[in-house]
Amino acid sequence: MLEVAEKYFRKKTRTIFCPGCGDGQILHYFIDAIDQLKSENKLDTKKLVLIGGIGCSGWIPTYINVDVMHVLHGRAIPVATGIKLANPDLEVVVFSGDGDNLSIGGNHFIHAARRNVGIKVVMVNNMLYGMTGGQLAPTTPHGAVTHTTPYKSVDTPFDGCELAKTAGATYVARWTTAHARELVIAFREMLLHKGFAYVEVISQCPTYFGRYVLGEDNPSAILTYFLKNSVRVDNLSENSDRIGRFIIGKMLDITKPTYEDEVWDQVKKLKGVI
Amino acid sequence: MVNKMTSLINKKYSLISGSEAMALGAIYAGVRFFAGYPITPATEIAEAMSKLMPIKGGIYFQGEDELASINAIIGASWAGFKSMTATSGPGFSLMQEGIGYAVLTETPIVIVDVMRGGPSTGQPTLPSQQDIMQAKFGSHGDYEVITYAPANVTEMFTLTVEAVNMSEKYRTPVIVLADEILAHIWEKVFLPENGEIPLIERKKPKEKEKFATFMPDDDLIPSMPRLGDGYSVLVEGQLHDEFGFGVGSNPEKSAKLVNRIVNKISMHKDEIAKYETYYMDDNPSAVVVSYGSVSRSAKDAVIQLRKEGIKIGYLRIISLWPFPEVKLKKELANVSKVFFPEMNIGKYADYFRVLGIPVFSIPKLGGVMQTPLEIIESIKRVGV
Repeated sequence: MLEVAEKYFRKKTRTIFCPGCGDGQILHYFIDAIDQLKSENKLDTKKLVLIGGIGCSGWIPTYINVDVMHVLHGRAIPVATGIKLANPDLEVVVFSGDGDNLSIGGNHFIHAARRNVGIKVVMVNNMLYGMTGGQLAPTTPHGAVTHTTPYKSVDTPFDGCELAKTAGATYVARWTTAHARELVIAFREMLLHKGFAYVEVISQCPTYFGRYVLGEDNPSAILTYFLKNSVRVDNLSENSDRIGRFIIGKMLDITKPTYEDEVWDQVKKLKGVI
Repeated sequence: MVNKMTSLINKKYSLISGSEAMALGAIYAGVRFFAGYPITPATEIAEAMSKLMPIKGGIYFQGEDELASINAIIGASWAGFKSMTATSGPGFSLMQEGIGYAVLTETPIVIVDVMRGGPSTGQPTLPSQQDIMQAKFGSHGDYEVITYAPANVTEMFTLTVEAVNMSEKYRTPVIVLADEILAHIWEKVFLPENGEIPLIERKKPKEKEKFATFMPDDDLIPSMPRLGDGYSVLVEGQLHDEFGFGVGSNPEKSAKLVNRIVNKISMHKDEIAKYETYYMDDNPSAVVVSYGSVSRSAKDAVIQLRKEGIKIGYLRIISLWPFPEVKLKKELANVSKVFFPEMNIGKYADYFRVLGIPVFSIPKLGGVMQTPLEIIESIKRVGV
């Protein structure tokens, strides 16, 4: 365990993550970001509320010693929305997997983005269901063999970033676990952003995606694979081949009125008029 | 903006609908966060709350569906708000997973189910009492809930206050089972003054150092801080220990938690139990038992039978769950026959048989309430 992480851990414990899992990296990158912001007086960790969905990545926040809710499968975003509306001073961050956020919770995701409610969503994308043992997810590449697509997947995968942009998110970025510095910066920007922010992390699952889809269970080899197949969004042209490539970088960073501000403006105007 | 609905806030009595009474009751009880999704015949509650909430400094949130609504009120409750939602059959089905989560995480919330005919999309515009078992058993796993069945517009107000109070006291979801009749009927109600009905607030933790998210006191209920108060809560939807750490693979600790969740309600069964009786003073051996809107016909039936000189009593159950077994047993000690009209296939009548008294179920389906005459005829067919 890194020294900085130890400061923020709820207790000295092993995580549930498999050896070589990207979730441990993401946990450390996030702690790094909050530690930086805290020391710069830009974040009060007492006001930080982390919501974990269901899936391996939903466990990430449970190790951090701040207010944490580990909620139902797919429902992290509505819980976060309720908290943010009730108390806009709280900084509410959702940790969700690709199945949690794009499949069972997909509807909540697009509606939260549409409203531009000021919650932050970290979506860990390992391109399949890891917790249940390697089944088809809405992000699994077309043609992949998983435990529920033994004859190859004929599903077309979702692009979470495009979805977030189209639905109305105001901060959208995607990096892989191989982009440590960029991810810490993205987490910082996400936490400082006012409005719905979405950071997708392409993360290695050596146990299932590695072994069964890639045919490679060495975590560092998978990270190399991520690096090799990543294209920065700035270097992308209309004719670029997107199939099998990870499009990374900051895709959107704009300002729009937030849902909670508009709701509370109304309340402040109307309160006590009768 | 000032219309009939909003002008009701400070009025003492008025002619209002059941839905409006429910909204006013919620506000009286301190509800300041309402999330919902339009559904017949519960929509008017959401409409009333959307008008009233901002005026009372509260939040109205229209979720993208019932899943969003119930999870939003769970979040808002942890942020310190008394929170409520209202729905009907299909929406109530969707909310069941959220009810289970609120049970296990001991989140005070109130869920109103304005019952319509089911199953499936069913009969959106007509009443039923078909969801009474879903209120008790709807979510998976073992748990106990508190459920009230109002029978008139006044109770749509007072039992909503009671529901909020009990959810705060026992830190549990509380369900109010209204129906289409009660939501849409207009009656004159006397609204209580502020302070007339005492309000209950959830227990706040005393010492930060000794705090653990799910450490119960002697009454089996833990105290509950707000998110952002610096307690570093760990609210866990898996079976957990006192600190919120998952204990799913530990049989003893898992059983301990589920037992406590059930017992904190069932050990207060008698305290929660609410019912009313009429014509019981001369110890009738036959009694008409009912709940909700059907009890209006049941009461009329008993009054008419008494006029004919037939010795029969009346008992109305107000708190359906937890089943007020001990109190009912005492109340019906000399009774040898129970007639039980209800707007379903006879579900509560079936459950009622645990008391060991012969029960003659008078069920009615189709979305129409029993008339007093129908109840009288059924009783006469069997004989008192």
